[in-house]
Amino acid sequence: MRALVSTVLVLGLAACGGGGGSGSSDSGGSSGGSVVGGSGPNVQPIVVNPGPAQNYANGAFTSVTVCVPGTSECQTIDGVLVDTGSSGLRLLSSLLTVSLPPQHDAAGAPILECNQFQDSYQWGAVVLADLKMSGEQASSVPIQAIGTSAFGAPKGCTQSGLPPQETVDSLGANGVLGVGLFRQDCGPACASSGGQNPGLYYSCPPSGCVAAAVGLNQQVLNPVWLFAADNNGVILQLPSVPAAGAPTVNGSMIFGIGTRSNNGLGSAHVYTVDDVGYFTTVFKGQPYSQSFVDSGSNGIFFLDSATSGLAACRDTADFYCPPAPASLTATNRDASGTSATVDFTIANADALFNTPNFAFSNLGGPNPGSFDWGLPFFFGRNVYTALEQQSTPGGVGPYFAY
Amino acid sequence: MTTNRQAGGRTALVLALWTVALLSAPRPARAALGDGLPSIQGDQVHMQGSLRTAAMPGYLRHEIQIPTGTVVREFSSPAGSVFGVSWEGPFLPDLHRILGASYDSYVLAARTKRRGRGPLLLHLPDLVFESAGHPRGFHGRAYLPKLLPEGVPAEAVR
Repeated sequence: MRALVSTVLVLGLAACGGGGGSGSSDSGGSSGGSVVGGSGPNVQPIVVNPGPAQNYANGAFTSVTVCVPGTSECQTIDGVLVDTGSSGLRLLSSLLTVSLPPQHDAAGAPILECNQFQDSYQWGAVVLADLKMSGEQASSVPIQAIGTSAFGAPKGCTQSGLPPQETVDSLGANGVLGVGLFRQDCGPACASSGGQNPGLYYSCPPSGCVAAAVGLNQQVLNPVWLFAADNNGVILQLPSVPAAGAPTVNGSMIFGIGTRSNNGLGSAHVYTVDDVGYFTTVFKGQPYSQSFVDSGSNGIFFLDSATSGLAACRDTADFYCPPAPASLTATNRDASGTSATVDFTIANADALFNTPNFAFSNLGGPNPGSFDWGLPFFFGRNVYTALEQQSTPGGVGPYFAY
Repeated sequence: MTTNRQAGGRTALVLALWTVALLSAPRPARAALGDGLPSIQGDQVHMQGSLRTAAMPGYLRHEIQIPTGTVVREFSSPAGSVFGVSWEGPFLPDLHRILGASYDSYVLAARTKRRGRGPLLLHLPDLVFESAGHPRGFHGRAYLPKLLPEGVPAEAVR
């Protein structure tokens, strides 16, 4: 089927996408006999739309409510990117109207962080907030307030050479909600001293910022882990979208795996991951062992033109532009031998971007040597992300399941 | 800020770096990619890691295990030039250090506005740079296409 611009298709989709908030019956995911999602205190609406910068393709956004700890001084911020590839909540400090107290070290100096993604960094203060989403809440959660004028980013931060993404325009979002595999955004390494410490966290007394060791519970934390219940992982549920895409898609983020009647694994298969969150994807007989699932990636990024057989776009090397949509198959497998094929389609990105749509199940691009199963993988599936060291009916995390 | 060096200029630069490395503390300001073998030991010391060298068909692969958990590999030609670096692990390595003289090109190119949110891929005539993965699980590489030894594919840099 060719990826054509179709007004009729777009209008038809708008009706489907807007109907019901739950998506549980039209998810297309195989959940066996149990219904996943629906409504409930553990169900949080998410939406795939252009986002706060009005130009984001395949961004799943949600709203979070943050409060000054122990008070009813609260603020709800929408347009926060839902990211199963990272851990921790980050909000643009320029948008905060409530005064969230800074995290301090034992000597009373504020703690700041140089957070790194593979394509950007964010410098900002660690602050504390009571967090609410749907009926879930967590108290005094360390989050990152992105962008701070109090202390300039130190050389140890900027010299990664990655570009900063500390504005709505560069980030494409008002913040990032990391609901991934890990409890902390850094972990034991940032609680260590010496060469083990990668230097992401800084203590900033008046004399200036110095890289510091920060205890596990003072680091930016995965908010799901701090919920009283439903705290062993999340499920993202998004309906299928047709070949030409959709302007907006409504779905759900469901907290907890097997903790209620609406978040069971059903017939989803568990894929355990290694200590950095990878499993293996086999394509055309070749295994790629640095592969993973990530709702924060906005395409299926895999291999290169030579190994995928797909031409890159001439105007942007970040995406593939095959002349006609390509139907492909890969096999995901984990260390225990769980293995199943994944059929996917990659369409011409230029053609997709020429539609008025922002949700695409067939947007893809290069990623030499591995598979990054981004948001397109999530359409028409229930995708489970299980937190490290937490028990679930499918075993102890970390794992992905679908 | 990078320039296309002539072969003679590069040899002089490599010799100058060796001299600097021998005479001063084993920490050249920039090291690794595009430089010579002593820069690899400089990187090892700077990153407080352990170094292991393996002979591969047509090149050497030097592996530095950093205490943070990240592994950096540096690839040298038979002539002793580092033509590629790669990394895998929970945290990014010191890119300012291991990219050497290619760092400025990389920084400039990385600021080009992109529509993707996924791997950062830069394909310049003198530098290929890839940063992929996700927080707590990064992998990436950089190599100089013009320094790839005869018969060694770019795929070897991984």
